[in-house]
Amino acid sequence: MPHVPDALAPLACPAAPCSDTPCARPAEAFVPSPALPPPPSAVGPLGWLRANLFDGWFNSLLTLLCMAFLAAVVPPLVSWALLDACFTGDASMCAQSSGACWTFIVHKFRVLMVGTYPPAEAWRPALAGVLLATMVGCTAWRRLRAAALAVLWLLLPLAALWLVGGGAGLAPVDQSQWGGLMLSVGLALVGILVSIPCGVLLALGRRSRIAAVRALCVGIIEPVRGVPLITILFMASVMFPLFLPPDMQINNLLRVQIGMILFSSAYMAEVVRGGLAAVPKGQTDAAKALGLGYWKMQAFVVLPQALRHVLPSLVGRCIALLKDTSLVIIVGLLDFLGMAKAASQDQQWLGHDAEAYIFCALVYWLLCFGMSRWGRSIERRTAHRAR
Amino acid sequence: MPTAASDTAQAAASAQAAASAQTTSSAQTTSSGQTTPSAQAGDIVIDICGVNKWYGAFHVLKDVNLQVCRAERIVICGPSGSGKSTLIRCINRLERHQSGRIVVDGVELTSSLKGIEKVRREVGMVFQDFNLFPHMTVLQNLTLAPVWVRKMPRRQAEETALHFLERVRIREQADKYPGQLSGGQQQRVAIARALCMNPAILLFDEPTSALDPEMIKEVLDVMIELAEENITMVCVTHEMGFARTVADRVIFMDGGEIVEQNTPEAFFSNPRFDRTRQFLGQILKH
Ligand SMILES: Nc1ncnc2c1ncn2[C@@H]1O[C@H](COP(=O)(O)OP(=O)(O)OP(=O)(O)O)[C@@H](O)[C@H]1O
Ligand SMILES: [Mg+2]
Repeated sequence: MPHVPDALAPLACPAAPCSDTPCARPAEAFVPSPALPPPPSAVGPLGWLRANLFDGWFNSLLTLLCMAFLAAVVPPLVSWALLDACFTGDASMCAQSSGACWTFIVHKFRVLMVGTYPPAEAWRPALAGVLLATMVGCTAWRRLRAAALAVLWLLLPLAALWLVGGGAGLAPVDQSQWGGLMLSVGLALVGILVSIPCGVLLALGRRSRIAAVRALCVGIIEPVRGVPLITILFMASVMFPLFLPPDMQINNLLRVQIGMILFSSAYMAEVVRGGLAAVPKGQTDAAKALGLGYWKMQAFVVLPQALRHVLPSLVGRCIALLKDTSLVIIVGLLDFLGMAKAASQDQQWLGHDAEAYIFCALVYWLLCFGMSRWGRSIERRTAHRAR
Repeated sequence: MPTAASDTAQAAASAQAAASAQTTSSAQTTSSGQTTPSAQAGDIVIDICGVNKWYGAFHVLKDVNLQVCRAERIVICGPSGSGKSTLIRCINRLERHQSGRIVVDGVELTSSLKGIEKVRREVGMVFQDFNLFPHMTVLQNLTLAPVWVRKMPRRQAEETALHFLERVRIREQADKYPGQLSGGQQQRVAIARALCMNPAILLFDEPTSALDPEMIKEVLDVMIELAEENITMVCVTHEMGFARTVADRVIFMDGGEIVEQNTPEAFFSNPRFDRTRQFLGQILKH
C-alpha cells in the first residue's frame, strides 16, 4: 500500500512519476514523514514466535518435533543428573540411588586433577593453577601492559614446571607421577605458547626470499601436516629413542610435548601464512620506505595485522590442541580423560563411567568455550583498527 | 599545550624554514635564469644514470638518466603505464633496477642492505593510497619509525609528531585510527609520517589521485607549503596547476623513457615534442 505523506499533498507535483517531469517542489517544503510503528504481529513475544518458530508449515513441523524430543529427553535427564542424584555420602549410598553419583567425582577429584601426584605435595600444582588463572584474569581484563603480559606468559610455564616438578628447594616429583587435568592443561599451555611463535617463524620462512630457508620450512610443514597426530606421538615415544645416543635420555613426556609442538606449529604456520597473504603490499612498502628493517617491519606492521586477520582460526587451533592432548593416553600418559577412565574402573566405585565422562566433557567445554569467547572479545575490541 | 620542549621544536622549525627560504630563493634565480635547466649547478642528491629495468620480458625503464639537485622540486608526469611509479620506487629501492647506477645522497643503491636502509632513512615517500598502518593510531603511525629507526626517545618523537600534525592541520586527530579519517586527512597524516623522519628527499606517487576534489585541495595546500622548505621533492602527479606553481622542472615520461624535461613555463607553453603536446592537450582539456 503506497503511503503518501501529508506534507507532499499540497504540492504542485504531478501524480505521474517525478523522473520525467522535473518536479518544481521548493526545497524547504520537504518534511520527512514520521516513522510508523510496525504492525503488532511483527513485534513482541508473539511476533518473535511467529518469525522464528512457526514461519511456514515446514518450520512449524520441525519446531513441534523438536519440542516432542526435548519433552522426552530433558525430564529424565534432569531427574537423573539433579533430582535423584547423590552429592554426598559414600559408594554404598550411591549404589542405592537411581540417579547420578556425583559423590564419585567429589571422591576422585584430586586424582582427576593431578593424577597420582603425591597428596602431600598437591598444593604445588594447585598453586600453579592459581597462577594460571591469575594470568588469564590479568589478560582478559587487561590489568598489565602488553609487553609485561608477554614476558609473564613465557615465565608462567617455567614457574609451573618448577612448582610441579620440584628442585631448587622443593621435593622433586617424578614425571611418571604427573597426570590428570594438570597434565592436559600443561601440555596444551606449553604447546600453545611455543607453537605460535614457531608457527609464525615457519610461516615467515615459507615466504622468505632465501630459497634454502623456504625449502627448509616447506620440508618441515608439509610432512608434518601429512600424518595424523597419533603417528607423530608414536614416533616421538617409540622411535625417537632409537635414533638418539643411548646415554642421552629425554623423558617420555618431553618427547610427547615436542611431538605435539611440531604438529601444532605446522598447522599454526599454515594459518599464519593465510594472514600474511592478506596484508596488502602497500603496508610493507610503507614500512620499508620508513626505513624499518625486516624484523621490525614484521613485528610492528605485518604480524599484528596478519594475526588479527586469522585470530578465529588461531583460537581454533589452540582449542584443537587442548583437545588433542587427550591422545597422549596411547603412549601411556594418563591425562584428564585417561584419569577419568582409570577412576571409573576403581573396584569400589564401579558403574560410574557416565558421571566421569560427563564431568570431563563439562570441564573441556568450559575451557574451550572460554578460549573461544576470549578470542571473540579480542576481535571485537580491535574491530575499529581493521581497514 | 605550550611546553618548553614543543617551543624548542617550533623554534628549530622556524629556523629551518628561514634557512630554506634563502636556499630556495637562490635555487629559483638560477633555474629561472636558464632556458634549459641542467643539473650541473648545485650539488646532486639523486643521480640516476643509464638505468634499465625489466618486469620479466617487459622493458619498463629504458636507459633513464636524471639528476636532481638539493632542494629542487621535480614533477614527473606521463600517461598511465609509462613507468613513473617504477622510476620513483627505484629511488628508495622499493623496486630493484637491473642495470645502470642510482646514487642517492652519496650512497649507491646496490643489493647491500646497509646502503638501502641508509637511503630509506633519508628518503620519505607518500603513496597514492596512503598506506597508513590501520592497527595503529595516528600518533603511533608517526612515532614508529623515529623511535625504532632513528632511536629517538618516545617523548621527543611524540612532540615532533604533534608538531608535524599541527603543520598539516590535524593535530586533534592524533588519537584516532586511520580508518576513522577521511581520505584527505589520511593523506595529510601520511605526509606528516614521512616528515617525522626528517627526510632530505620526499617522493610523492600520485598523492591526490585517490581523493575527492575538495580533499585534493587540502593535500595540495600542504604540499605547496612543504615546497617552500629545504626538501628535495620528486612528485609524480597530474596536477598541472601544482606543477606550474611549485616545480623547478617538469619531466615527461612515456613508454619508460624521459621524453623531455623543462621549466614549467617552457614545458607548458612550448613543448618540444608532439607526444608531449598531445599528452598536455589531453590532460589540460579536463
Ligand atoms: N610488479 C609488476 N610486474 C609486472 N609488470 C608491472 C609491475 N608493476 C608495473 N608493471 C608494468 O610496468 C609498467 C609501468 O608501471 P608503472 O606503475 O610504473 O606506471 P605508471 O606510470 O606509474 O602508471 P600510472 O599512472 O597508472 O600509475 C606498466 O605497464 C605496468 O603494467
Ligand atoms: Mg603509478
